Amino acid sequence: MSNLLLLPVLVPFLAGAVLILLRNHPLIQRVSSAVIMTVMLLISIQLLYTITTGGILTVELGNWSPPFGIVLVGDMFASMMVLLTSIVGLACLFFSFQTMARIREKFFFYPFYFFLLTGVNGSFLTGDLFNLFVFFEVMLISSFILIVFGGTPYQLRESYKYVVINVFASGLFLVAIAFIYGATGTLNMAHIAVQVAEMEQQGVINVAAILLLIVFGMKGALFPLYFWLPKSYYGPPAAIAALFGGLLTKVGIYAIIRTFTLIFVHDTAFTHNIILALAGLTMFFGVLGAVSQFDFKRILSYHIISQVGYMVMGLGLFTPLALAGAIYYIAHHIIVKSALFLFAGATQKITGTTDLKKMSGLLKTHPALAWLFFISAISLAGIPPLSGFFSKFALILSGVEEGRYIIVAVSLLVGLLTLFSMMKIFIYVFWGGPSLKRSDYAHIKLLPLLAPIIPLVALTITLGLFAEPIFVFSEGVAAEILDPSIYIDAVLEE
Amino acid sequence: MEILMILTGGIIITVAVYLLMTRSILRVVFGIIMLSHGVHLLILTLAGLEEGAPPLLTENADAYTDPLPQALILTAIVISFGVTAFLLVLAYQTNKAHDSDDLEELRGNADE
Repeated sequence: MSNLLLLPVLVPFLAGAVLILLRNHPLIQRVSSAVIMTVMLLISIQLLYTITTGGILTVELGNWSPPFGIVLVGDMFASMMVLLTSIVGLACLFFSFQTMARIREKFFFYPFYFFLLTGVNGSFLTGDLFNLFVFFEVMLISSFILIVFGGTPYQLRESYKYVVINVFASGLFLVAIAFIYGATGTLNMAHIAVQVAEMEQQGVINVAAILLLIVFGMKGALFPLYFWLPKSYYGPPAAIAALFGGLLTKVGIYAIIRTFTLIFVHDTAFTHNIILALAGLTMFFGVLGAVSQFDFKRILSYHIISQVGYMVMGLGLFTPLALAGAIYYIAHHIIVKSALFLFAGATQKITGTTDLKKMSGLLKTHPALAWLFFISAISLAGIPPLSGFFSKFALILSGVEEGRYIIVAVSLLVGLLTLFSMMKIFIYVFWGGPSLKRSDYAHIKLLPLLAPIIPLVALTITLGLFAEPIFVFSEGVAAEILDPSIYIDAVLEE
Repeated sequence: MEILMILTGGIIITVAVYLLMTRSILRVVFGIIMLSHGVHLLILTLAGLEEGAPPLLTENADAYTDPLPQALILTAIVISFGVTAFLLVLAYQTNKAHDSDDLEELRGNADE
């Protein structure tokens, strides 16, 4: 029992509530949100350290002992995700200081930014299925407001669809919760896992499992439920798009991995083969979408879909090596994808467009931007020694060991096509004769724009160069989530 | 009684799905409202419609009803209330910005 676990949820919640009152003081809002975000980063580092050295932490809310009350559970996987949230949150916040229109800051940008982080952190840390729904809703309502931020006609139109799809998914989530509560009589995830393992009639649990897979697949953009993603992530300002692209779909993926390693392990031949097939289709169709696009942000959005496939592929293979690879991949993806979206925002600020055909020659005018982008792009495609290579290597190695050659072939092909579409961006945006005159961009200072991105690029290089210790850590996380009894004992036996 | 309740929930959700598939922007919002009603009914029914005393310490009864589904539904109602309010405003603004409430016209072009 430790109250440290409450801080990643409470700090952003209180920060958001207070910042609402400071609406007309943009400077105070900016300074205080920067301070709070830094504090959150320190808290999550401390949390990860405590949990890695001392084992799983749990907090019983209201002192109701589980399975009756709601528990927050911090294991290595959850605290790793909280740390990644803080890293990306800090980078996107500093980027928004540079790019967010001043008038928009007055319309509660910072409060909802923190409410979004409350929901994300809460979803990672909760140990109760209904509480997961509530934190999902906190996250979604904030994301509805952030995605429509600015209110251009395009954003209104696409956000409407985004909201409807997410509310529909939430309705299905409630149906699944009702099924599980009816079948097991409990909502505590550890307790559900115990009940499911003892249950004789498993048909109803399979129904609930597939319902939850549909729900989380809709939020995490799995095939064939990813159709909403590319258009809705195109609309909002770059700082918000980067936060969404890096984090939001990964909350869905986290929930899939959590439920399908803890609760639904009774019939892996059925569920995990479906997941593996979905993984292959998701990565293939996602990358085809990326190849066909000629817009910076749209290509990146389609790549989110194809890379979600890799993470789910690790779960579908369901071996320690594959899950370690998937966890490594999530860490790599969150950092690199946010960095790439921020690059898209930086080039948009410089050139005024995200259409690849309308820009060229930025290598001559902005070499630092070009080379930093190049590093992130080849990291995404999986070129050694960057972080993308090692995570994909573990996934593919595990696929070969298991004899799943189709998924291995698909993932290798997708890697190649990823490289192709990243090089397409590089060729169109950075090669060729400069499309801008000196007077067009002289007033835009590059360093403040790049400052929030450089740490992310440095992190992807670090993740690649220190692959050994990080992979050992990922294997630790995988071992912990593959043995549900560790989680169950930590929650139920105190 | 459970069968009747489940059928009612199923009919409400059928209506909701029909409304969600219509082309009018406002009807889709109504579909969302209906969906949340149907789902709430399902939560209540799937948890079992037991008969018994209110779950209070002073009641000396053999059986008590389960208060948890009501608590869940209450939470879900509050959430769906907030989301519906937001969705109505968004639908109104979208209608105003595009001067159309036909979702077919709000599809967007492939090349924008």
